[in-house]
Amino acid sequence: MEQNTSHQEWDLEIKPHDTVFNLHLKDVWNYRDLLWLLVRRDFVSFYKQTILGPLWFFIQPIFTTVVFTFVFGKLAHIETGAAPQALFYMAGTIAWNYFSDCLTKTSTVFRDNASIFGKVYFPRLIMPLSIVVSNLVKFSVQFGLFVIVFGVYLVKYKFLGSKEPVLPNWYILLFPVIMLLMALLGLGLGLIVTALTTKYRDLAFVVTFGMQLAMYATPIIYPLSTALDKYHGIIRYNPMSGLIETFRYGFTGSGHFYADAFAYSVVSSLVICLLGLIVFNKVEKDFVDTV
Amino acid sequence: MGDIAIKVENLSKAYQLGDFGTGTLSRDIERKWALLRGKEDPFLRVGETNDRSTAGSSDVVWSLKDINFEIKKGDAVGVIGRNGAGKSTLLKVLSRVTVPTVGSVKIMGRVASLLEVGTGFHPELTGRENIFLNGAILGMRKHEIKKHFDAIVDFAGVERYIDTPVKRYSSGMYVRLAFAVAAHLESEILIVDEVLAVGDAEFQKKCLGKMGEVSKGEGRTVLFVSHNMAAINNLCNKSLLLKHGLLQDYDDTRVIIDKYINSGKESQAEVLGADIQVKKFCSRAIFCALRLVSSKRGITTNFATDEEVVIEFEYEILVDNTILSASIHLIDNMGTCVFSTFNGPSATINVDEFYGKPLVKGKYKSICKIPPSFLNTKNYSINAFLVPENMDDLGIAEEVLSFSMEETGAMRKEYTGEWWGIVRPRLYWSTERM
Repeated sequence: MEQNTSHQEWDLEIKPHDTVFNLHLKDVWNYRDLLWLLVRRDFVSFYKQTILGPLWFFIQPIFTTVVFTFVFGKLAHIETGAAPQALFYMAGTIAWNYFSDCLTKTSTVFRDNASIFGKVYFPRLIMPLSIVVSNLVKFSVQFGLFVIVFGVYLVKYKFLGSKEPVLPNWYILLFPVIMLLMALLGLGLGLIVTALTTKYRDLAFVVTFGMQLAMYATPIIYPLSTALDKYHGIIRYNPMSGLIETFRYGFTGSGHFYADAFAYSVVSSLVICLLGLIVFNKVEKDFVDTV
Repeated sequence: MGDIAIKVENLSKAYQLGDFGTGTLSRDIERKWALLRGKEDPFLRVGETNDRSTAGSSDVVWSLKDINFEIKKGDAVGVIGRNGAGKSTLLKVLSRVTVPTVGSVKIMGRVASLLEVGTGFHPELTGRENIFLNGAILGMRKHEIKKHFDAIVDFAGVERYIDTPVKRYSSGMYVRLAFAVAAHLESEILIVDEVLAVGDAEFQKKCLGKMGEVSKGEGRTVLFVSHNMAAINNLCNKSLLLKHGLLQDYDDTRVIIDKYINSGKESQAEVLGADIQVKKFCSRAIFCALRLVSSKRGITTNFATDEEVVIEFEYEILVDNTILSASIHLIDNMGTCVFSTFNGPSATINVDEFYGKPLVKGKYKSICKIPPSFLNTKNYSINAFLVPENMDDLGIAEEVLSFSMEETGAMRKEYTGEWWGIVRPRLYWSTERM
């Protein structure tokens, strides 16, 4: 077939099958402006016609922290170490919410965008990436709040003689790495789920409900140390454990740095993300026909 | 060479029919296993054409089958075919929304496709923000959109509302803005699906003008799907004719349109029950029979111009207390809607007793009479609608009946030349000396 055609160069060839590892990342780069516009759209549409507007980004972590401190700290007396409880819970909550939002929103990306995907081509990966970036912006805002609370407790401890120690240490430098890994992990899992939900819709329900339960299998409301003794099975194989614990340890000095757990988190995040990209890439081409 | 914009080779696209949400896990595995061993997909049987009226032996339907053609740069190509011929599937494959099952498409240049007006428009965003978002979705870079921003706003005529959320736009403004974005894309190939069906006549003219400008003036390649033969005839120098997923012909537009109109002569005077090709089902009523009747000669597809055309419309009400009206669109051979009508008292010359009344379960027959000496000597087809109170629940059967009007000579005593017009009514005339 190839010989009898001219030697014309083609910009694009549409074929039924493609290699599994061709992730079209160059194409994604060409559409980078779309990524930013989608992130912008998410924010503008989020606070339009609300009274409090962007303040909603603060309300959620503040109230969760207050409720957690009251229920798990004051009522259930869960041992969280010497660090201020509010700081402990807030660190866990905002990090978990970031991961959880990345995952749940990514996991419905095909379903939510079926109409637009059915009418126009652009690299499908742009959509999940825009979700991750949107959530990163939201997280940054919440992280700003965390830094303020952190500063207040630090000043109280250092200069005002508070008995609750806040001991930031060098592991704080791992923070950007942790953010990246959580994004990759959330993205990867979300991509796998969304690829499967195009055919088997049940998974979408499993995710929303599963994420609530998964929070308890992650050291959010308790330190990793208390969990490792008895239930280390589930919690050790949860890639989020090492990330959350290290994040909290770096800022508050409460907990430990478990090198093995962290290494496990790094490897599993990378593997899951790559797997997610491959699965997503395979499904995106003709999912329009099945949704 | 290098003057070919699109080259399509052996293109086929299969769709799976029916419900494949359940019980397919085992079949999925079976299929994967066959593909892994390098065998053909066991559930795709090659060689069936896509004919909706005959049930195929497998639940896979070939919506496109062995399509081969080349489009030269700067050509404006119309895609013609009846509903379900594969026109939209072809455009979807060309615009990369879905992948072909077999074959390949090679494209030279950037493609901008407009399969729907305003894809990705967000109601909360302003016109300005939506221009950027929509442009980016269609593949433009930000600086390119900036460059054409004024031209887009100008074309759409929405300067005053540019910083208003588009949810406050009238539907006309919305469509104008959406088309303007797509028409100003810096692409070598423009693919347009039936989007001009929306918007007013003036705007349609403007769009067609812009598309003509794009293909003739700027030398860009245009692919255009429409049921409106007049629009295709104006705009396209070449056309593709599709039927049941097969490429019937690719030639000059004039030749193709003639062929298409003649192929429409397999007209039907009566369709019953399951033979009625329903595009959308109504949950409260179903079509039972549709037929064309001449008062003198009974069921027929040929009417004399001085004869009354009676359209009989039988349907069954499935739910008690249904308020339902019957409606018809009359379409001419160029795809233009001649008129639409329904049995409401303000739209009829008599009063239909059953209109607006809650009906009990059972069969009903509505008839509509098109007066004599009204239609021209053309081929017409009929879209039938069952319209319940909830308009979303509309039942639609498109192009279910077709008929031709034949010359009788009754109006030909004074003039024998070509009689222009979609209709040819006898009207009141008088002259006085001033």
